[in-house]
This record gives sequence, structure tokens and C-alpha cells, in this order.
Amino acid sequence: MAGRVDALYIFLLIVTGMMTLLVFTCLIYFAARYRHRPGVAAEQIEGSTQLEIVWTTIPFIVFMVIFAWGAVVYFKERTPPRDATEVYVVAKQWMWKLEHAEGQREINELHVPVGQDVKMIMTSQDVIHSFFVPAFRIKQDVLPGRYTVAWFRATKPGVYHLFCAEYCGTQHSGMVGSVIVMEPAQYEAWMSGGQTGPLSATGGKVFAELGCVTCHRSDAQGRGPNLQGVFGKPVDLADGRTVIADENYIRECILDPGAKRVKGFQPIMPTFQGLVSEEQVNALVAYIKSLSAAKAGEAAKTNASTVAPQSNPQTQKSQVE
Amino acid sequence: MHDSSIAAVQGTAHGEAHNPALLHHFAEAQQQRDASSLGMWLFLATEVMFFGGLFCAYLIYRLQYFGDFAAASKTLNVGLGATNTAVLICSSLTVVLAVWAAQTARRTLLITSLALTLILGFAFLGIKGIEYNDKFVEHHVPGASFSFDKEPIPGHPGEYANPRHAQIYFALYFVMTGLHALHMIVGIGIFLWLLVMAWKGRFTPEYNTPVEMGGLYWHFVDIIWIYLFPLLYLIDLHK
Amino acid sequence: MSMATAIAQPVERENYLNKEYGVWSWLLTTDHKRIALLYLISITFFFFIGGFFALLIRLELLTPAGDLVQADTYNKLFTMHGMVMIFFFLIPSIPATLGNFLVPMMIGAKDLAFPRINLLSWYLYIIGGVMMLHCMLTGGVDTGWTFYAPFSTNFTNTKIVEAGLAIFVAGFSSILTGLNFVVTIHRMRAPGMTWSRLPLFIWAHYATSIIQLLGTPVVAITIVLVAAERALHLGIFDPKLGGDPVLFQHLFWFYSHPAVYIMILPSMGIVSEIIACFSRKRIFGYHFVALSSIAIAVFGFLVWAHHMFVAGISVYAALVFSLLSYAVAVPSAVKVFNWTATMYKGSIHYDAPMLYAFGFLGLFTIGGLTGLFLSALGINVHVTDTYFVVAHFHYIMVGGAVMGYLGGMHFWWPKISGKLYPEGWARLAALIVFIGFNLTFFPQFVLGYMGMPRRYYDYSHMPEFQVLNVLSTAGATILGVGYLLPMIYFLWSMRYGKPASDNPWNAAGLEWKTASPPPTFNFEEEPVVTWEAYNYDELDAPHKQEVPVAR
Repeated sequence: MAGRVDALYIFLLIVTGMMTLLVFTCLIYFAARYRHRPGVAAEQIEGSTQLEIVWTTIPFIVFMVIFAWGAVVYFKERTPPRDATEVYVVAKQWMWKLEHAEGQREINELHVPVGQDVKMIMTSQDVIHSFFVPAFRIKQDVLPGRYTVAWFRATKPGVYHLFCAEYCGTQHSGMVGSVIVMEPAQYEAWMSGGQTGPLSATGGKVFAELGCVTCHRSDAQGRGPNLQGVFGKPVDLADGRTVIADENYIRECILDPGAKRVKGFQPIMPTFQGLVSEEQVNALVAYIKSLSAAKAGEAAKTNASTVAPQSNPQTQKSQVE
Repeated sequence: MHDSSIAAVQGTAHGEAHNPALLHHFAEAQQQRDASSLGMWLFLATEVMFFGGLFCAYLIYRLQYFGDFAAASKTLNVGLGATNTAVLICSSLTVVLAVWAAQTARRTLLITSLALTLILGFAFLGIKGIEYNDKFVEHHVPGASFSFDKEPIPGHPGEYANPRHAQIYFALYFVMTGLHALHMIVGIGIFLWLLVMAWKGRFTPEYNTPVEMGGLYWHFVDIIWIYLFPLLYLIDLHK
Repeated sequence: MSMATAIAQPVERENYLNKEYGVWSWLLTTDHKRIALLYLISITFFFFIGGFFALLIRLELLTPAGDLVQADTYNKLFTMHGMVMIFFFLIPSIPATLGNFLVPMMIGAKDLAFPRINLLSWYLYIIGGVMMLHCMLTGGVDTGWTFYAPFSTNFTNTKIVEAGLAIFVAGFSSILTGLNFVVTIHRMRAPGMTWSRLPLFIWAHYATSIIQLLGTPVVAITIVLVAAERALHLGIFDPKLGGDPVLFQHLFWFYSHPAVYIMILPSMGIVSEIIACFSRKRIFGYHFVALSSIAIAVFGFLVWAHHMFVAGISVYAALVFSLLSYAVAVPSAVKVFNWTATMYKGSIHYDAPMLYAFGFLGLFTIGGLTGLFLSALGINVHVTDTYFVVAHFHYIMVGGAVMGYLGGMHFWWPKISGKLYPEGWARLAALIVFIGFNLTFFPQFVLGYMGMPRRYYDYSHMPEFQVLNVLSTAGATILGVGYLLPMIYFLWSMRYGKPASDNPWNAAGLEWKTASPPPTFNFEEEPVVTWEAYNYDELDAPHKQEVPVAR
């Protein structure tokens, strides 16, 4: 991905370099060639509509090419691959809190295996921050009150800067960390040290502790919708709209249940605003995602979502037929 | 079209009786009038942009939180709001009368119309004050003492509005009507001054630009209210 | 060497400067020329304050560690630098000084349409300025000049409301100036001064004024909402209360993007006048240049969300704004080509104003081209919020707008003061500014692409950024010297400069057909225009002597 960005950058350097050279050459040449000489008058030239059309159209076409290329790159940047591993990020003044789907928690550091698609699902506890890894050419603002997403695939092991790129107060320049890209075997080793259990399992505990299960049963009798397999699917709402149950939808249902109530259910769900932390919301989201996988029933998919995606890409590939 | 921007040749301008109201940098009275008029219209355009930001924010949140906004709107007194609308429309009539009176040298009508406009303006503010007081008493003023529990959403029996979203409604309600009221107060100030000038006999068929410009401003403030009233008071009123 | 003509014995005629003496004759003046000078003094004052903050910023960034000032202080420094430079220097600069002075003269009028409103504009600017100074002296603001919610509404404890009110008041000043110019240009043109005969300076100020009128009220209401949110906890931008912080960004940038065109268009107008005069020919493609100013003003209102590509807007919105951003680049490119083509077969003189125009052309071209990088969505993700953006906008605003402003000050100085500035020193200063500027800001493009984020006071985690930062600071000190020089020699020239003739540059334009300095009512007799703009062929015709206007 970074390579694609750099390719566009180099193209732009060449194009703008050429434009600069053209303009500067003309300027310098005209300045010298037509400098004032006594007795030589300037020639009054009104203009040339033809020339105007040429130098309007050609730049416009060039600009459209740049726009199109930039748009294609951007589209890829903002479309995470389907099977990317997920990392939940909570930004706060002035640190990054990260939690892998497998459960590892990190502060200001993100360990990832090389060659793996990684998707960050991010929110902020307070003000707007921005997740910026220059080496990967990615940046995404992290907002309070909703999730934003970014993704990358590291291609070379190493340690790379992670910066906050949206001014957030006193220690904005201290909100610096690292993305540590490891060989698969090393990552495996790092992963197995100090596991707290997958995020979705934590979510399951929160689900029980908060009493969600009393209404959201796994049969049709519950006062709330059955959440098995709901993630990622369209949901019909009471007000007639249909939305896709993505991370933001799940989050909104927990914090503001009346906003997008499901058709056929009473408006009785209480709000959990102020009663759950961002990390708990992330865990619940991960848990509900895992219910979809469980419903699908395929063992491979279950493994993929509730256990660490196998660090060895070859192994994973062979698992998923 | 007479291009008043190209001033008359010097001789003609000196030929007409020197209007004491003509400022020195203008060549003739018509140019001065046209400049004032264009200036006022441009100023009103800036006011449209000023209120426009608020209307934009209101529209976005209303689309997003429609039910909650409807519930909040229901707690406003439509009767008082409608009365205020009638008051302002009448005041626009009195303003038009004032302008005509100035243009046709009807001094009594001019003074009466200006005075009536002022009375209606004060009436508007008075009614607004009553409404604000009602909101204060009902704890619908955003801030620490805001409360909006168990308010039903019109048309959705059994459902209650989210207080946080209702607070946004009231926030916008107070900022929008508050800004409008501020503009009304300025308008009243302008018309007080016009009344004094009219009393002193300053306005003639040759020179009545201030009345006309004041009138334009007043009409604008009226139109803002014409938009505010249905947007704020009449959400799902039938439900 | 210089083509400026002096006169041997200045006749002490009555002009706008000596008509009346005394502080009150200045503070209660309605003469647009005196008001222009009042503004000149005030904006220069704020320029040096903003510049002082910039100096401190660059000094802090000499070393990776944050060791010169504390984090909070640094955050206030870059915030105040931005607010002062944008709202109290750049936005008023050319329109309120050169615009106020020249717009009536260039169209053959005695004054602006509303002279008393003009004076009110200046007082509003001063009141806003005093409020801002007070705010800075009693703690300042640390949100960045962009004061994004929810940091500005819910988290900072600095004086947002006061700073916001100061900007609100100054904004009113800007609106009234724009209103005055639009009405003046529409209604006060002298006989024969048709739209097609207007100098391009006037077209540029007309376009600028439209933006001032329609855009400024939106930032005004944004400030009102932020102040209300802070004071009353309304929740309009607070997600915890159901609000949306991105809505703030839309409202803010809806003004703040057109604002950058307020800052550059007048400068483009100046450059047109200078290039025409010092090439001794009409601007190539006059109508295209005139209309491109209007096009920039219109399109400029349609691209605001290109500041928000990574803010969480939808991909489709981003596509639309990127496309429109490329559209708005076209008229600027057209202008650069037309200015360059004007020099073809011209007769070019290298006086200081022309040197500044050259500087403008080079630096604005580079700055504008880097805008192409930023509009490309794929690249924007990487370079937004880094020093790349900082470099881009400084190339336009300093390399573009300020160079144009300095060029204009030199060009019209003889008209304003009746004196000639020292040409040798002026050329030296232009060179120093050019070198200092490039050294300050070019390294920042590289820094940005390397990944140095904006608004960082401490980069000790990335010591590899130090070399470029040191270069940048070195450039800033040189630039500072370059800016001090004109201050000094302009002041010097008021007392010791050679007296100027009515038209020392033999330039086209009605302002040059009256005395230097002009009489209070500008013209002895109302001009009647029977010639096209930029009639340099007539002015340079060999048989023609400089015939003074009848006194």
C-alpha cells in the first residue's frame, strides 16, 4: 500500500516538476530576453483565446488523471480486506490503548506479524486524535462517540513510529508509540506470553455481567433480538429503514438503544451510556461478532475469530479451504 | 437601464437644488440611494449566511433525531408561537405603511405606523419572554438543570424521547430564537431612532432612505421568524 | 537604474496628509486614505506579534527535546501565531490598506460608498485586536487556530470564549470592508469606467469582497455555537450528549477555506498591476484573468471538506471534494500562465516591485502545485496533519500573499507618501526575503513527507528530523531580517526620501493621474475615462511627455 502511495507521489513530483520547470524557464527567459532596452517598445498583445483554451484544458486533464489515481489509491486505503485481523484501539489523552482480538493488551505499542492484514477499529475516550504510521502511509482520525477504521499490511519486520496526528492538548507530541512488526514465529512467541483470553471471551463475560442475556436470548422468546449471526447482516428498523449491523451500529445500540430500534421489538432496552467503558464496548462488539462466526458453524471460521489468527500465514491458508 | 453608477456630468449635479441629505462623495441623490439600497441588500445576504449555519445544524440533527425533536417541539406553546407570527406579519404591514407614508409626505401616518411597529415589536419580545419563562420553569433550558424524562414521541405510543437529543433541540431552539430576538431588539432600536427622526420632520418624499432601509431590515427579521416558526413549533403537530 | 522619476523641487500642495493635523483628525477621519494608513500601522503591529511567536516556535524546534518552553506554552504559541496572522494580519492586510487607499482612486471616485462605515470597520478591528491582545496576555488559547471540538468546547481551560469574541468582532470589520467595496465598485465608477476597463486589482478585490461577505458570517455563527457550548454545555458538538464533532469541522471549514482565497486574491490583483507596469504592456488575457478571480471565489466555496479527508467523512464525499479541489486549481493556473505570457515581448524593468512579483510567481507556483499533492486523496492521507501542509500554506500565504503585499507597498509607496523608497535597499530586501523564505519552508515539505506531524513541540522520539528543522529555523531568522528592512527604510523615506512625481513609474491607472500624495478628494476634477486599462502603448509613445493634470 505504501508503495502505491509513493508511486503516485513520484508521479506528482515529476508532473509538478515539469510544470515548475516550464513556468520558471519561461519566466527567466522572458525576464532576460525582454529586458528593457532604450528605444525598444513593448509589443501590446491582447491575448489569445486559443491559447487560453489550451492551457485550461491540458492542466484540467492532467488534474483529472491525478484525481483518478488518487481516488483509486484512497479507495483501497479505506477498504479493509475482509479477513483482516482486528485490533481495537482506544485513544485517550495522551496514550494509545490497544487490544488484540486474542486478548493481548498494549499501551503505545502494536505488535503485528509481517505479511498479515491488520484492521484497527478505533475510538476515542475524549477528544479527536489521529492514528498515524508514516512508514505505512496510513492516517485516520480517531473520534469520540463512534468507530473509525484503518488497515495495513506490514511487509518488512522492524519498528515503526506511531504518532498522534490530530492536536489533542498538552502532551499531543508525547502521544507517540511504535508498531513492531515481527517474523511470524517471533510473533507467535510474543502472543503466547501473558494471554488474558480472547477479547470476545471477555465480551461474553461482560454480556453476562450486565444482564444482556436476560433479554437477548439465543432463541425467539427473548424481549430483545436474538444476536446470533446478526453481525454484518441487514437489520430492519422500526422506523422503516434498513441498516447493516456493523461495529458502529452495535455500539449505538448499547449506548443509545432508541435511535435504531429493531422492528417488532418494544422500546424497553435501557441505555448503558456511562455504565460501560470504551474497552467494555469493544469487548461486547467482539463478542457479538463471534456469535456470527459460531452460527456459521464452520470450525475454521470459529477459530479465526475467537482465537488468534494463526500467526503462520501458511497455516491459516490451509485451514481456510 | 439607467446606470446610476456612471455619475451625471458635473454641471447637472450642481444644477439641482443641493439636497442637504446628499453626502459629498456622491454625485447625485439617486446614486446615494442606490448605494444605500445595494449596501442593505448585501448586509441582509450576510445575515442569511449567519442564520444559515444554524439552520444547517438544525436540519442535520432533526433528520438524525426526528422523534426526539418532535417530542421536544410538542412542549412548545403553538398558540403563543402562532400569535407571535401574526404579530410580526402585522408589523411588516405597518412597516410598509410607514415607507409609503414617508414617500408620500403623510406625516401622521408615518409616525403612527412607526409607533405601531414598535408596539408590535415589543409585543413579540414580551410573548417570547413568556415562552422562555415557561421553558425555564419546565427545566427545558439546556445545562445542569435540564430534565426531559418520559416525554412521549408523537405517533409512537409507548416510546419516550432520548433526553440528550431533546437537549440538542432545546439548545438550537434557544440559540436560534435568541439570535432572532437579538436582531428584533436591534430592529426596535432602529425604529425608535426612525420615530424620533420622523417626529422632527426629517423625512420627505425626496429623502426617506433610512425608513426604506430600516423597513428592509425589519422585513428580513420577520422572514427569519416565518422560517423558524414551522421548523421549531410544527413538527408532526398532527400526531 | 530604477525607472522611478523624482522631482527636483516639491511644491507643498495640500494633500490628504497635511490637510489637517492632530490626533483627532486621524482618529475621526472618514477619508479612505487616512483610514488605510491607520490600518497599515495596526496590521504591521500584529504582523510583528505573530512573527515574534513564529520565532519562538522555530527556536523551540531547533532541538528535538522540548526545552525552551513548556508544552502548554508551545501549544499557545502556535495557536496565537495562527490566530493573529490569519485574522489580524492576512485577512485585513491588502484589502484594508492598499484596497482602502486605491479602490476609490482606481475607479475615479472621491471616497468609498460608506466612509463612516469604513471608519467603523477600523474601530471594530482595533477592538477585536485589543480583545485578542488581552486574551493573549492573560493566558492565551491552546487549541490551534482551528479550535476543533470537542477539545475546544469541553476539554481546554484556556480562554476560548474571549478569543472567539475577538475574532467575531474582527470578522465584522472584514464583512463591512467587503460590503463597502462591492457597493463602491458597483455604484461609484467614474463616467466611462466600464467593467471591462477596470484594473485587475479592482476585479480581485471585488471577488475577495464577495467571499468576505458570504463566508465570514459562517465562522461567526460557529464561534457563537462554540461559545454557547462552552458556557451552557449545550451538546451540539459533544458526542456524549448526542452531538457530532465533525459538524464543527464542516461549519468551520466552510468559512476557513474561502478565507484562504480572501488572503490570496488581493495579492494576485497587485501582481497583475505590477507585471503590467514593469513589462510596459497590457496583461495578456485580461478578461480571463478577471473572470478567473470570480471563478476562484465561487469554486472556493465548494471545496471545504478537503481539509477533512481523514476526519471520518464518507469515501464518496471525499471523492466529490477532491474532484472540486482540482477544479478550483485551474483558474489559478490560468492566471500564472497569463502573467508569464504578459512578459513575452514586454520591456521589463527590475525595480523592487517587479522583483517581488517574480518572487510571487515562483513561490505561488510551487505552493499551488503542492496543493495538487494534497488534493490527491491517496497522498493526502499520508501528508495531512504533517509539515507538508504547513509548508504548502506558508508558500501560498507568505510566498504568495505577503510577497504580493510587499510588492504593492513598494509600487504605491510614492503615491501614498509622496516619497521614493531607496531602490538599492529594496532590491536587497527582496532578495533576502526570497532566500530566507525558501530556506525556512522548503525543508518542511521533506519533513512532512518523512512523517513529522504538525503542532509537535517535542520530537525527541524522532531525532532524525533535527537537521531539517535547523535549516528551517536558520531560514526564519534570515526572513525576519528581510521583513525588518522595509519597515526601516519606509520610515526613513518619509523624512529623507526623494520626493516623488505624480506618476514616477509612468504607470496606467487613474490613481497615477493625480498628485503624490493625493488631495483629500482624490481628483481635482472628476475623471472621464475614454481609454482601455493598461494603455501602456499610449503612455510609452515616444512623442508623449508626462503632462501633469491641470491644477
